[in-house]
Amino acid sequence: MVLSLNQKAVLLSLLLLVVGLLVWEAAIPAQKPLSEMTEYERLTGGGAQKAGVPPPSQVIAKAWEQLSNPFYDAGPNDKGIGIQIGYSIYRVLTGYLLAALVALPLGFLIGMSPVAYRALNPFIQVLRPISPLAWMPLALFIIQDSEASAIFVIFICSIWPMLINTAFGVAGVRSDWVNVARTHELSALRTAFTVILPAAAPTIITGMRISIGIAWLVIVAAEMLVGGTGIGYYVWNEWNNLDLTSVIFSILMIGIVGMLLDSAFGLLQRAVTYAE
Amino acid sequence: MTKPFLSVERLTQKFPDGKGGETIVFEDATFGVEKGEFVCILGHSGCGKSTIMNILAGLAEPTSGVVKMDGFEVSGPSLDRGVVFQNYSLLPWLSALSNVTFGVRARHPEWSKAQVAEHSTKYLAMVGLEGDAIHRKPAQLSGGMRQRVSIARAFANHPKLLLLDEPFGALDALTRGTIQDELLKIWGGTQQTVFMITHDIDEAILLADRILLMTNGPRARVAESVEITIPRPRNRTDIVEHPNYYAIRNHLVQFLGRRSKELAGQASGGGPQSPETVRIDLSGDAPDSKPEDNPMLRAAAQ
Repeated sequence: MVLSLNQKAVLLSLLLLVVGLLVWEAAIPAQKPLSEMTEYERLTGGGAQKAGVPPPSQVIAKAWEQLSNPFYDAGPNDKGIGIQIGYSIYRVLTGYLLAALVALPLGFLIGMSPVAYRALNPFIQVLRPISPLAWMPLALFIIQDSEASAIFVIFICSIWPMLINTAFGVAGVRSDWVNVARTHELSALRTAFTVILPAAAPTIITGMRISIGIAWLVIVAAEMLVGGTGIGYYVWNEWNNLDLTSVIFSILMIGIVGMLLDSAFGLLQRAVTYAE
Repeated sequence: MTKPFLSVERLTQKFPDGKGGETIVFEDATFGVEKGEFVCILGHSGCGKSTIMNILAGLAEPTSGVVKMDGFEVSGPSLDRGVVFQNYSLLPWLSALSNVTFGVRARHPEWSKAQVAEHSTKYLAMVGLEGDAIHRKPAQLSGGMRQRVSIARAFANHPKLLLLDEPFGALDALTRGTIQDELLKIWGGTQQTVFMITHDIDEAILLADRILLMTNGPRARVAESVEITIPRPRNRTDIVEHPNYYAIRNHLVQFLGRRSKELAGQASGGGPQSPETVRIDLSGDAPDSKPEDNPMLRAAAQ
């Protein structure tokens, strides 16, 4: 039987997964049962449970337990994974949408006007490399609200790729297409929406895709700092509980949600991409 | 003498040459185009044909001189002057049909969607694009089909003046022939005024009523206006049999091969330079031809 390229890839992926899990499982040293210990070992506390990296079987069991009831709420330190992820997504999307509301029009302006580009470029170049978490103390002091500060951090980290890509995309629209709009006497607003926006859309969406990726990276760190709710807080809380199984499980969940966010933008990107 | 429909008066274009001086691309270019006339402009690259085209389209500003259409001075682009660009300039994210409706909607904002679609489909059909092809994106169309869409977009808007910037430059010879025929057909039906840049002599003879010849740049000028004394309708296989065909063709080849160089770089002397009219007619069936008025013409006819 001849397998297609995709089928081969899927088989190889599954094989790698199984091998990886087996190696992980085998690499965890088994704890000696109490009966096999010497008197001395027992006296020095060898019988107590040692904290260790959990084997994958435990993580899978944990995942099953958590995912079968993701939205339970049993007090401030015991919420289901669904609720925690929900909080994180809410913060990411709020900060992200605010950033888009600022970055897209501003990027358009910068892309259309060489003067605006030169005037704003120094600010962008200085503000862009600042780690978003460096804003946190200032945000906490000025906003005085941890929730809003987390959203602000998301805002400030996702604005730059969107801003720069929008400006770049708009400035790079082929002059032929702008000339088509000019010879058809389109107003500035119609030119912007019917020619420049679709022409620059692939570049703009690429910027938005980079931004959402960064925002999802940053939210975990931000929530570790501000605490309370969210997947970042969950990871840190489980670390304090020394529950490594939950830590590993939540790390996986962060990856999966990040992948889903990225593929949503991947679909959007495919929808606006055109071949020349 | 009444002013022609399109009159170009003492058009001059200069660019700074980067060394403190300036390069004069062309100087005091003066010519007219009558309503319904098909005029081609021939010249070597670098003589500023495309710049003239861009000025007529309103996409560029001349250093000095004016372009008047219908008595009004041209400033800025307008729907009255349709342009077919050499690289088609179709919007790649729109289907062929949408590229045409894009133009029609701009021209007739008051039309209903159905009206716009019907009008656009009609013009696409005129250039031989029908059925499934009109829903494809430009990237899925061949070069010839793309240029057809571009031509349909321009004609569908009924501009007062249609500007064609080497529209067939990027096409292979066979496709070029077919689309020239399509262009003649659609032009014959509309009696559109057309101004076209080309560097293909046979194409110019087939299509034009009159050919403007430019000398080489810099300081290029429109030196001659050659009338194509071959009756319409023309087709590519029959016109070569016409007695005037080779006489005209030889004249053009001579000009481009030799005289465009000899005449190059001459200062205009400050006066407006209307091109010399050249009329070559060996067939003798045109009663209004008076070759003796024009010494050049006699030289060419010998």
